[in-house]
Parts: sequence; structure tokens; C-alpha cells
Amino acid sequence: MNNTKLEELAQKERVRQEQYQRRIFCCTSTACLAAGAGLTHTAVQQGVAAYQGDKNEVEVVQTGCMGLCSRGPLVRVDTKDEDAVLYGDISPEVAQRIVSRHLPTDEGVTEPDPDEFEEGVSPHDFLHFRASRRKVEAKQGLEKNIIPLDLPFFTKQVNVVLSETGHINPEKLEDYLAHGGYTALARVLDKMTPADVCDEILRSGLRGRGGAGFPTGLKWNFVRQEEAPQKYVIVNGDEGDPGAYMDRTVMEDDPHRVLEGMIINAYAVGATKGFLYIRGEYPIAIRRIRRAIRAAKRRGILGKSVLGTEFSFTAEVRIGAGAFVCGEETALIHSVEGKRGIPRIRPPYPSSAGLWGMPTGINNVETMANVPSIINKGADWFAGIGTKKSKGTKVFALAGHLRNTGLIEVPMGITLREIVFEIGGGIPGGHKFKAAQTGGPSGGCIPEEYLDTPVDYETLGKLGSIMGSGGLVIIDDTTRMPDFSRFFMDFCVDESCGKCVPCRVGTVKIRHMLDNIIAGNSVPEDLDKLEKLCRLVQTTSLCGLGQSAPNPVLSTLKYFKHEYEDLVQ
Amino acid sequence: MTSRTSRKEIPHPSGDDRYKAIDRTMKLFHYEQDALLEVLNSAQESMGYLSEELLIYISRQLNVPLSQVYGVSTFYHMFTFEPLGENNCIICTGTACHVKGSEQIVQTLAAEFGIAAGDTTSDGLFSLRSARCLGSCGLAPVVVLNGQVSAKETPNSVMKRVKEVVSLSKDKLQRQEAG
Repeated sequence: MNNTKLEELAQKERVRQEQYQRRIFCCTSTACLAAGAGLTHTAVQQGVAAYQGDKNEVEVVQTGCMGLCSRGPLVRVDTKDEDAVLYGDISPEVAQRIVSRHLPTDEGVTEPDPDEFEEGVSPHDFLHFRASRRKVEAKQGLEKNIIPLDLPFFTKQVNVVLSETGHINPEKLEDYLAHGGYTALARVLDKMTPADVCDEILRSGLRGRGGAGFPTGLKWNFVRQEEAPQKYVIVNGDEGDPGAYMDRTVMEDDPHRVLEGMIINAYAVGATKGFLYIRGEYPIAIRRIRRAIRAAKRRGILGKSVLGTEFSFTAEVRIGAGAFVCGEETALIHSVEGKRGIPRIRPPYPSSAGLWGMPTGINNVETMANVPSIINKGADWFAGIGTKKSKGTKVFALAGHLRNTGLIEVPMGITLREIVFEIGGGIPGGHKFKAAQTGGPSGGCIPEEYLDTPVDYETLGKLGSIMGSGGLVIIDDTTRMPDFSRFFMDFCVDESCGKCVPCRVGTVKIRHMLDNIIAGNSVPEDLDKLEKLCRLVQTTSLCGLGQSAPNPVLSTLKYFKHEYEDLVQ
Repeated sequence: MTSRTSRKEIPHPSGDDRYKAIDRTMKLFHYEQDALLEVLNSAQESMGYLSEELLIYISRQLNVPLSQVYGVSTFYHMFTFEPLGENNCIICTGTACHVKGSEQIVQTLAAEFGIAAGDTTSDGLFSLRSARCLGSCGLAPVVVLNGQVSAKETPNSVMKRVKEVVSLSKDKLQRQEAG
């Protein structure tokens, strides 16, 4: 397989898709499946199978996340020369109605006004009438299922990472190719040296999307400059933040994009072997990535000669068995080596001594998914999105007390207010916004007075939270902050690997103090002690887990101190 | 440590088919010690839990000390060491589910069956478990009952369905004992 053959395949698929007048996209992502998308998909297929007309008229496509998960299962109908229609909350019965609404009835019949047929229908019109009537009836009652595509939820978003999700069949390599897939890889192999690639990524200003925000281009350069008999790349898909599912969605719904980014990464740093470390709780993501690897191998995109060049690269999946600490890079390396996922002191950094002691580049799934777009559209284009120091977009899993919850991709620098009140549609049930929690157990709560600050790495850090991997949970006035921070501390106690004392003992002690405060067994001085202990754990823990574990407590102590004080009076 | 004979080629003496999947995984990774986590994953998947016997078997086949096999398997949350109950309910306790009240669901079920999250009832009919995050945060709270994922749950709605499946199993058990 080489460049031209790839383009031929893509063209063939585009022609195949073009022949359909209508394409019905059924979301079968994990969230929609939980809402019953399996049944919806079957109902749509049955409806189309029962259709008597031209079979080339319509295709049912199993696709990925369309974003608005709270209205799942979602189905979108794309008709040639017409605007797409998105439907939500679809039961199998509604699915049938959607199909009959969109499939043309007998030829030549235009949709009638039902009133016209109220009196004096001639018998020979009867069949036509019945078919048209069916269409009209199907339309009725569907209004509440139609989701307008001009909602701020959609219009405020900028899609880079998620540009194909919801538009392609993730289990089909050809579909990705038809949307311009693997052209970035072909370009890199054809026209760029590894140093060029690193330089391009550095110029784009892309920073690690796992949370810490280290410049990706720099990291790549470190690995590239190492001399070693073997180098590795690892994609970190161990999304441990409870309340976040960006990486899962990208892996499930656009696996080839991740793979393409990974192969480009490998070429740029000189690695010949790579691992995708995926959370064991994500069976669909594991299956789809594995399938993508097999398809890429078959087409010569992975293997001894990538796209007919001298560059060779193989990729394997490793399944994480549920340990939050494995998101830390040295812990992740131990886990890939089949050991307990315990972090070690850095330096040496993995870029010089990582997997089996060899130079290893570790990047988050979302970071990887940005790479093909940067190569295709250029570093300047990417650097044009976002703020001065935070470039590009960020995918957030928007959840909690909001009208619209789901997966969103927004440009860096957007304000929290826009996210909460425009994209999220505000707080339902007459309640009041209280705080936005970013970064999960490593992050903090941002109160109302900071709603207008732009979302980027530096600002969130200054507010005592972190960008994190992209969990964004909105809480209303029904949540009590001490309880909420206890929830996160409970998580950290459970997930502390036990290697260093500040984290192992400190988190347990903090939780104990919170328990006492909540139970009303504390005195005001205990709040100072709590803060002191939090600072101690923050500054003396070995790895990121311990260093950030006190963040939820500290940030709520800072912004919602009165809630703690009320309890210790 | 046991000797490195060609034990590998001999299938598990019990003749239990479920061992085949585990053997296949070990073979795929050429019995490398680094594959321990992959082998444990496949063992958990095909057996449902990791028995002592199974851990010993893996230790011998991969030539990894049993202490290390035990250490690794107890480190990760996904491995369990006791058989699950006939019915199995997983409640997501991720942040989004937490703020939407998943804790009440756990407490209601725990109180009804007299067990804590992570335990199985003494008659083996029901296991209650909690999960860190199932990644369906937009639909919180999320519950998985016998593999069936359901969204936007309440304590009552979950309790109703759990009682249904448990009483079905109870009836089945009684019929078996009687007949």
C-alpha cells in the first residue's frame, strides 16, 4: 500500500457514500448504548430493511458520539441537498417513525397537506394517500425528539479532535480514509524529516492534554535526540478521572485518528514499537482500537514498511486493570511491563529511560488525536485557535447539574460562563450555580465569581484547580462542599499506591479530619490543621497523585470556607 | 522456583475449557513474564474471578514468583478473588453519578440485602459492587444490572429490578432443590 493506493481507496469510499440519497447515523457510543441505543439501531435497520423502494436510497451507519449524551440515544439523518436533522430520546417505536418520515414513499408523490384528503378521496389515490398519510403521521409527534442543530450547544463548539466522530463508522478504515484519514501520515513520510515533524508540533503550541500541559513538541524532541537501540511510544488511554470520558470517546469513535497520531509520533521520535494502554473498563474502546490496528496492518499502514516506505512500526494494545495512579507516566510504564503500577522518582524521565529502560514517549489520547489535524492544516492554523499560551481546543466531558450534558470541544480561552450557561443550557430545577469542578480528584472547584475567566492551563492553575484531562462537573446549591471534597479524598485514599508516606498516610488522615468536621466533632482550629496537612501532602508526595490529592479540599477551603466554619462552630 | 520444563505445552490437567483462553494468551505472549497483567486479565475474564489455584497455575506457567502474581493481582481494582453472585449489580460512583445521588442507590441496596459494596449475599444470589466511572456521565446515575446498562436511575427503580431478578433466581433455586 502506498500513497496513491490510499487515495484510490478513499475515493472509492466517497463514491460509494455519494450514491445514497440519505444516510441515517445511529450513535452506538457507550453513553447512548446505556440509554438503549442498541434497540434503536436495530429498529432503524428493521425499518430500512422493510422498505420496499430503491435500496440504494438509504444507508444506516453505526457511528460514534454526537455530543449531547443527555438526550441519547441520538440519530441523525443526512439527506443530500438538505439540512441534517438530529433526533434525541429515541425509543425503538420513535425510530420506526423517523425511518418512515424520511424514506420517500411511492415515486412522484409529494408530501400532501393532510387537510386536503379529509373529504372525497378517489379510490385510485388510496394507496398513494395511505403512504403519504403515513409520512405525515410519522412527522407528527416527532417534534419533541428533534434537536435543533443551531443550539449554542453545537454552534459554540470548534471541532478538531472530534471532527469525524458522529460522522464516520469507527469500525471501517475506508470511512476514515474518505474523510481525509492518513493523509497527514502520508505527507509526513513523504516530505518531512523527523526533526521537521517535532518542529511543526512545537510551533503549533500543542500541549499535553492529559492535564499537566507540557509542550508536546519539546517532549518529542527529547526522545528524538536520544541514541538507543530501541525506542518506544505509548499512548496513555488510562482515563482514570471519575467523571470524564473524552479519551474513551475518541478511542471508540475515531480509533484511526489516535493510531495515525501515534504513528506520526513514532516516526518523529524514531520509535519502531508502540503500546496503547487502555483502561480495562472500556471494552468497546479496546475492541475498536484492536480492530483498527488489524485493519491498518492489512492495508500496510502498520508493519515492516509503513505506506511502502522504509519506516517500520508495530502497535499493540495493553489493558489497564483499574488503577488511577497508572495515569502517572512512570507508573504506567511499570504496568505495561506487567508489574504493580507504582511510580518512581524522576529523573531519569521516560524520554531517556522509560519502558525496559529505553527512551519512551508517552502522550495522552487527545494529544495524539490533535496531531493529524496539525500536520494537515499547519502549525499556524492550530496556533490561531486559543489563547497566548494555550493553543487549540479542549474536549470536556460536561456533566452534573446541567440541562445539556455530554461531550464538547471548545476553543481554549472560552469562559466557564459560556460553557455552563450557553453550551450547558444552565442549571435545571430552579437551582443556582455553585461551582465548576475541573480536573477530578486532582483538581478543584471554581466558584461563581470566576465564571468569566478564560479556560486555559495558566488561569485554572492560578485559581487552585487544574485543566486536568477534561472532566467538568457542574454542581448546584444542593451539594455541600465538605461532603464533596470528602468524596474526592475517599477516592484518593483508595487509589494511593502506598509507596510514599505523605500520600499513603496523609490522605487517610485528611479524610479522617473531614469525617470529624462533617460529623460536627471539630473545633475551628482544626481547619488550620487541615490546611497545613494538605500543604504538607501537596509538597512532599512523590508523584502527581499525591501532590494534587489535596486540591479539592484546598480549593473548597478557599472559596467555600463558610461551609466548613458552619460545621465547626 | 519450579524447573523450566516444557510444562507449557501440556494443557491444564483439569480439562476445564476455560483454561484454554488463558493458555492461549500465555502462548500469544510467548510465556514472557511481562505478560503477567495480560494473562491475569484474560483469567479474570474467562473464570470470573481469580482463585488461589489459578494464581498458582499462572505463577508456574510464567515462571513468576507467586508472591509477585499475588502482589500484582491485588494492586489492581479489576481483579476479584471470590466468585460473584448469581446476580450482579454495579453502581457507578464517579463524580457525575455521585452528585446525582448514586450514593443513595448504593446505601438503599446495601441496607436491603445487608451487605456492603463489594460483597455477595451468603446465599450467593446477589453481588453489590461499585465502579469508579463507567464513562456515561451525561446519563448519570448509571447502573449495570447483570450486564445490562441503564441510565438516569433512582434508588427505587434499581431496587425494583434487583428484587425481580433475585426473586427469579430464588424460585429457580427452590425448584431445583424440590425437583
